[in-house]
Amino acid sequence: MRHEIVEKNVGLLAVLILLVISFGGLAEIVPLFFQKETTQPVAGLEPLSPLELEGRDIYIREGCVGCHSQMIRPFRAETERYGHYSVAGEFVYDHPFLWGSKRTGPDLARVGGRYSDDWHRAHLYNPRDVVPESKMPAYPWLFDNTLDGEATETKMRALQSMGVPYTDEQIAGAGDRIRGEQEITALVAYLQQLGTVLKGAR
Amino acid sequence: MNNLWGDSLSGFWSGWIIVITLGTIAFCWWILFANRKTDKVPDAEGNVGTTGHQADGIEEYDNPLPRWWFMLFAGTIIFALGYLALYPGLGNYGGLLGWTQESQWDQEVARAEERYAPIFAQYNSVPVPELAKDSEAMRVGERIFLNNCAVCHGSNAQGGYGFPNLTDDDWLYGGAPEDIKTTLRNGRNGLMPAWQQLGETNIDNVANYVMSLSGAEHDADAAALGQPIFAASCVACHGPQAKGNQALGAPNLTDDIWLYRQPGQPLGDAIRQTLRNGRNGHMPAQAPYIGEDKVHLVTAYVYSLSH
Repeated sequence: MRHEIVEKNVGLLAVLILLVISFGGLAEIVPLFFQKETTQPVAGLEPLSPLELEGRDIYIREGCVGCHSQMIRPFRAETERYGHYSVAGEFVYDHPFLWGSKRTGPDLARVGGRYSDDWHRAHLYNPRDVVPESKMPAYPWLFDNTLDGEATETKMRALQSMGVPYTDEQIAGAGDRIRGEQEITALVAYLQQLGTVLKGAR
Repeated sequence: MNNLWGDSLSGFWSGWIIVITLGTIAFCWWILFANRKTDKVPDAEGNVGTTGHQADGIEEYDNPLPRWWFMLFAGTIIFALGYLALYPGLGNYGGLLGWTQESQWDQEVARAEERYAPIFAQYNSVPVPELAKDSEAMRVGERIFLNNCAVCHGSNAQGGYGFPNLTDDDWLYGGAPEDIKTTLRNGRNGLMPAWQQLGETNIDNVANYVMSLSGAEHDADAAALGQPIFAASCVACHGPQAKGNQALGAPNLTDDIWLYRQPGQPLGDAIRQTLRNGRNGHMPAQAPYIGEDKVHLVTAYVYSLSH
């Protein structure tokens, strides 16, 4: 064989390596874009409301995903603690997804409804107030900052172009409806809907 | 359990995966054998040729791969084929073992159920006050409490600002076993409306009257002015004697136990804040999370904290 040719031509080597790797992607990634369980929403899944959407962006801004996953794996140890394992159809409107890859804190995929709004507010203001053992940072500025709603409609339109079924009526005036709300209200609204679509399916 | 997975690839994409996967494996097999050097045989003195590469006088022998090494390569390919025959990997082909993530989860849950269900069934048949005296059951109950309840009520169950103390035998919704169980199973939603419309002066008067009910330090003149407002607006929930109403979760205002008082906060400030803004205490239903058997056990644990 003439592998000397490949070994002595770095450009050719790089091209062939990319070609070989691409076969992995072609078999493992590309079909997911055409697979019903990853492209069809689970029954009852709705796009986030403008307030929840802003809450989600605060979740991203504050780096919550760095310590909290949103992905319950199908192991009893996880489903006992967090509830029904996550399924792909729950995330079809998530752009980008926030599955995370590290659990310094607990998984949040089904935290919605688990605790009261008051608890979330107290906990985010200072986690030690309700969980003395907690090492989570405090986020007191969420109580001072308010939403200006400037970019809300643009964000919703961007998501609409990605296939999230927002109607034009939902988008029109969305920014005005949430203007002046505290950031904490938005974040709690986002947290309280997480994973609530699969009901009674523990 | 919902079956949300299953065959959902079209025939084309299933075939696509199968062709690429098996094609790649065949390609690896071919490349392994096509590059195998079997024509390099040492001469009589045991010398073999070199590849001709040379750097600083160091040359590279042109030997075939050691046999064991070559066999390892071949072995990985054979392993891959065996794996793909047994487990799902080739498109919609499910594998000879019929393994799925969900069936593995189902089995795991069934095994645990088999092991733990009799224990919980046994606890379930014991009435709460009796179960509360069973130290082994209470150790299990404490574990469940710590995992599910301590987040709000604290690991010592003494609650905190807005979260009731469960150890003081003072109950918003009743402390009988059935009441505790109802609270755990279905959750509670306590709503005190805001009384901002009374105006700041009246709020202060009512606050002084409320403080007088439990013998706290208060302004007697203001309390006298607050009494008729209390009688008109507050007795519907808190009762004419201000002893509360467990059907509504309206607290007893005469016992000097305050759910919404920050540590170190003057009592008057706490009450005025409650009157101004109202309160909404929400306990989520726990049955959907821990199930009926554990609700019974945790009921007994909570009961044991004050009995």
